[in-house]
Amino acid sequence: MFINLSRIIKYGILGFLRNGWLSMATISVMFLALLVLEGLIVFNIFTNTALDVLQDKIDISVYFKIKTPEDEILKIKKSLETLAEVKKIDYLSRDKALELFKEKHAQNPVVSQSLEELEDNPLLASLNIKAHNPGQYEIIASYLDESSSKESFEKVTYAQNALVIERLNRIINTTKKGGLIFMIFLALIAVLVTFNTIRLAIYSNREEIGIMRLVGASNWFTRGPYMVEGVIYGFVSAILSLIIILPAIYFISPYFKIFIPELDIWNYFISNGFVFMGYQFLFGIVLGVVSSGIAVRKHLRV
Amino acid sequence: MIIFQNISKIYKNNGHESVALDEVAFTINPKEFISLVGKSGAGKSTVIKLLIGEEKPTKGRIIFGSYDVNKIKRKEMPFFRRHIGIIFQDFRLLSAKTAYENVAFALEVAGRPQSDINEFVSQALELVGLKDKMNNFPKELSGGEKQRVAIARAMINHPDVIIADEPTGNLDPLNALEIIKLLLKINELGTTVILATHNKEIVNYLDKRVISLDNGKILRDEEKGKYMLA
Repeated sequence: MFINLSRIIKYGILGFLRNGWLSMATISVMFLALLVLEGLIVFNIFTNTALDVLQDKIDISVYFKIKTPEDEILKIKKSLETLAEVKKIDYLSRDKALELFKEKHAQNPVVSQSLEELEDNPLLASLNIKAHNPGQYEIIASYLDESSSKESFEKVTYAQNALVIERLNRIINTTKKGGLIFMIFLALIAVLVTFNTIRLAIYSNREEIGIMRLVGASNWFTRGPYMVEGVIYGFVSAILSLIIILPAIYFISPYFKIFIPELDIWNYFISNGFVFMGYQFLFGIVLGVVSSGIAVRKHLRV
Repeated sequence: MIIFQNISKIYKNNGHESVALDEVAFTINPKEFISLVGKSGAGKSTVIKLLIGEEKPTKGRIIFGSYDVNKIKRKEMPFFRRHIGIIFQDFRLLSAKTAYENVAFALEVAGRPQSDINEFVSQALELVGLKDKMNNFPKELSGGEKQRVAIARAMINHPDVIIADEPTGNLDPLNALEIIKLLLKINELGTTVILATHNKEIVNYLDKRVISLDNGKILRDEEKGKYMLA
């Protein structure tokens, strides 16, 4: 058993080295397939982060009439928090709002002067509500609309922003769906091209496979070395594509950051490096082994 | 002991039937050297394909030692084939392996230990006179040398039978004679040899049993036969 395995591995490595051109051709195709896959992963991270950032900017604010007591606002906040759709509520009191306003316009003498001339705080207390996903704002808005404390609302921003929120929501959903389909499609092409390349490589060895059978080699002894070659193909092309993609990400990362400040793709790859490499090797090796295994099977019927 | 019991083989192609073997029956005893002669298309190759289980007969039964050849399962086929050494007209060496590795391969597939391989392969290559070229690849060898590698590979497992299908077909007369002498030597060492050929000089030179085939039928089966097709 062990002696067979070691012979299979030995012949796999020898075959890989002696069929230099064929190995190179197969590896370059697999290498391109892996690059496509990596490109897709980067693209996916980019769009998803962009959409998340966008999504995070959507919210509903409820402004309360000046005379509304704080107790009541907090009561409303508590009742809103029981909704499953609500992710987070920030309460901004009138004093706090004024403070933020002053801070924001500290450089502007006109604003600060006019504020001083007012005797009372003109700003309203508000609740800022964020939902888990953009589709849920409508539910929250209608809950607010039917609320018993509706009289104390000065205004609800949803009414003004409803159109924008809905449109944004649609764009986010289509982009995510479209991206997924695009990714599956490209990944499928990469897999098929690799599979066919390996099949052709083995087709050119079909006579050898027949001879091995006639000399009395079992199926596994015949097939094994080709599958070992598949492992080597996957391993080498994974390493090659990592050598290309890592510096590329390093250089591209700052440009992505200009678009979306929250996205640091280089850091993302560094912190998920092992998972990423694992996928890379897994994809390459599984593809290599399965393709070789299936391709040889066809020629084993002697 | 090999027994062909009323073997017929009919190939069907687009509804068109062609009879390759028609009720062929013969017995080959252990340690015999027999020549299978006939024109192209007489059925020599079919007999060999049936014997090594590459194809199944349409009718009849083939016994090979303790095996009923048509009933061998695909999984058992490799083990059955290790009882037979096969030599082809086109050599059929593994082009990506050296002469040494080609011969060693037959032992490796049988799971023999490395020490056996080191010993036997060198011996076999010495016997066929190729010890100094054992690290050459097939493309670096002449036709006669390739065929000698094939013979070394065929005999390395100490098979019960060696089947040679037109082994001299691609060789010049001198090399052909060398190959035949090697086969005779192997036969003297106790292995059954079945030689399919249409080379008249060789058959007459051998002066051994001859089975003549014509149009899928046995024309003649003689001890110490000559090459005659009429």
